[in-house]
Amino acid sequence: MSSSSISPETLHAAPPAPRLPDKPLVVISAHKSWVAVNLRDLWNYRELLYFLTWRDVKVRYKQTLLGAAWALLQPLLLMLIFTFFFSRLAGISSGSVPYPLFAYVGLLPWTFFAGAVANGGNSLVGSTNLITKVYFPRMFIPAAAVGAGLVDLAISFGLLVVLMIYYGVGLHGSLALLPLLIILTTLLALAVGMLMSALNVKYRDIRYAMPFMIQVWMFASPVIYPIPDNWRWVLALNPMTGIIEGFRAALFGQQFDWAALGLSAAITLALLVYSAFTFTRMEKSFADVI
Amino acid sequence: MKPIIKVEGLGKRYRIGAQRTPYGSLRETLAGAVRAPLRLWRRGANGAQPTFWAVRDVSFEVRPGEVVGIIGRNGAGKSTLLKLLSRITEPTTGRIELYGRVGSLLEVGTGFHPELSGRENIYLNGAILGMARTEIARKFDEIVAFAEVERFVDTPVKHYSSGMYLRLAFAVAAHLEPEILIVDEVLAVGDMRFQRKCLDKMQDVGRQGRTIIFVSHNMPAIARLCPRTILLDSGTVLRDGPSHQVVSAYLSTGLGTTAARTWDDAATAPGNEVTRLRAVRVRAATGEVTDALDIRQPVGIEVEYEVLTPGHMLAPNLHFYNEEGVYAFVITDLEPGWRNRPRPAGRYLSTAYIPGNLLSEGTLFVGVAVSTLNPEIVHFYERDAVAFQVIDSMDGDSARGDYAGPMPGVVRPMVNWRTQLMNTGSTAEVLQEALQ
Repeated sequence: MSSSSISPETLHAAPPAPRLPDKPLVVISAHKSWVAVNLRDLWNYRELLYFLTWRDVKVRYKQTLLGAAWALLQPLLLMLIFTFFFSRLAGISSGSVPYPLFAYVGLLPWTFFAGAVANGGNSLVGSTNLITKVYFPRMFIPAAAVGAGLVDLAISFGLLVVLMIYYGVGLHGSLALLPLLIILTTLLALAVGMLMSALNVKYRDIRYAMPFMIQVWMFASPVIYPIPDNWRWVLALNPMTGIIEGFRAALFGQQFDWAALGLSAAITLALLVYSAFTFTRMEKSFADVI
Repeated sequence: MKPIIKVEGLGKRYRIGAQRTPYGSLRETLAGAVRAPLRLWRRGANGAQPTFWAVRDVSFEVRPGEVVGIIGRNGAGKSTLLKLLSRITEPTTGRIELYGRVGSLLEVGTGFHPELSGRENIYLNGAILGMARTEIARKFDEIVAFAEVERFVDTPVKHYSSGMYLRLAFAVAAHLEPEILIVDEVLAVGDMRFQRKCLDKMQDVGRQGRTIIFVSHNMPAIARLCPRTILLDSGTVLRDGPSHQVVSAYLSTGLGTTAARTWDDAATAPGNEVTRLRAVRVRAATGEVTDALDIRQPVGIEVEYEVLTPGHMLAPNLHFYNEEGVYAFVITDLEPGWRNRPRPAGRYLSTAYIPGNLLSEGTLFVGVAVSTLNPEIVHFYERDAVAFQVIDSMDGDSARGDYAGPMPGVVRPMVNWRTQLMNTGSTAEVLQEALQ
């Protein structure tokens, strides 16, 4: 690092100074325990959310041999297994809908939700490198993991179309509600994934507890079985119940259980707010403890 | 002129316990909750835990267009200050006001993914560093040309050579155009020619009226790039002023990286009535005294000392610490001529030759001692007597081979490897062979 034509003086004698804003763009100071989620920051960095999601999708498909086929295989294989064990062997009835279709439609939101929560929950711990080296809204890390799951969900919808045609199920007007249901599932996955990811930074036990939690959650959701009437209200406390039932109602043109769906939406929103605030409270120490 | 960065009474305290076990386990928290149910609600109630201030009561202002260097020995708080300025960690006290968009470069290639192509990584890395998509698209060709990877832009970066990988990472960083640029010692790696190119690019950035904060151990770079320098020590600002003054103050107080030090006054030199230290020097294989050493080449550490009282058996020893303060190793003089032999008075020069391809990359701090081993007496121990940087020029023939990423560890020996193809047959053939 020796000679150069540029001396500190010429460097310093530089340029017309840029006009500065009157108020600071950013003020960094110690926060109180509870701080509001910085929505402006999230908006300013919105492109990064896109890039992180895109990275998660790309990398996943590049690293696996079967690539995007996994998005189809996972619910398909589970559907076959469930059909064999629960419909053929255990004789669970799925009413007017053929059991394979019944199970597959339940598995669509469930596989997405479970995958998003698992990937989201492990996302922060897997991004130590980013967290300790650069600032951006940390929420985007679990959010990108959830967003990447949406791509899988879209792919697995392709197989659904085939199944619907095969079983001769027609289209219904209620299909219009499907996008709203998908948004609701995404928000719920985001709420749970975000909370898990933050807790995982602090307590590494979460990594081991999560698969178990997800499994129990599946059995508490009407993925495999239709809801028995006398258990309806207990199961409705699980926000996935309203969602999965909603998926079936929308696709098969059945009666919506508005109460269960409303309860599910209310719980999801409450959980999302709680999770966002908890995350914001915890994120300031991520770089110090991760 | 109004400042673009205003830092007031900034402090960051770490819990020492929290450093040792960075994350808790649920069990501890639950056990704690059972024992003292109310403690969970009282925030920060762990007053008994020892804490230390990595940065304490730091205040300074930076005007738009200024290029400010930050120096200080290891643990002086430089990295913490950078992390506070770049919003990676939150201050315990005080505040920072930023009147411009900040881009921070604490590492090159943050977020690079080996499976993605050069093109994809440029976009991803650019977005992570805070560039807008349109901005990346506009500069894309320039970045690729700067990195000299035109032909491989659609190849996954895992197939890149280490040099190409680094050049691409640097190129994205060098095209960052925030109003405030915060740069950690990222220029300490890579080949010399490309380092120059990056420094020149940074100077261009400085000339466009951008504010730059630059942390480095590389005193020539600091002196050349930054008109103003802030010297940190124990988390506080020790000096703040024109670089040449601050840098020379730093070097003369022995706080800095310096390849040679002498103690002219025998009365105040480290030591006692038996022996005193007079000089320590770091020499490259070529014989020159230097603080920048090629990782592949041997290094000589010379210790010059005066024996004042004859009849003592003396063993010079050298203690090596890396820039994170990790004790890398200690070596002691085993030269048979003087080992366990009482020494006559006089001036001695002991040189330790450290082979090439042993030290790790980065800055090494050498503590120098002369001891008597039986009974054990330390006649003097001069902590951080000299320091030098070990540089890997990444030509592929150092111990890192073709790997360009961060290599942990306090040493990086080059060892012999042998790989044999054990068999090429099918499992059945192997079984057959085993049965025969």
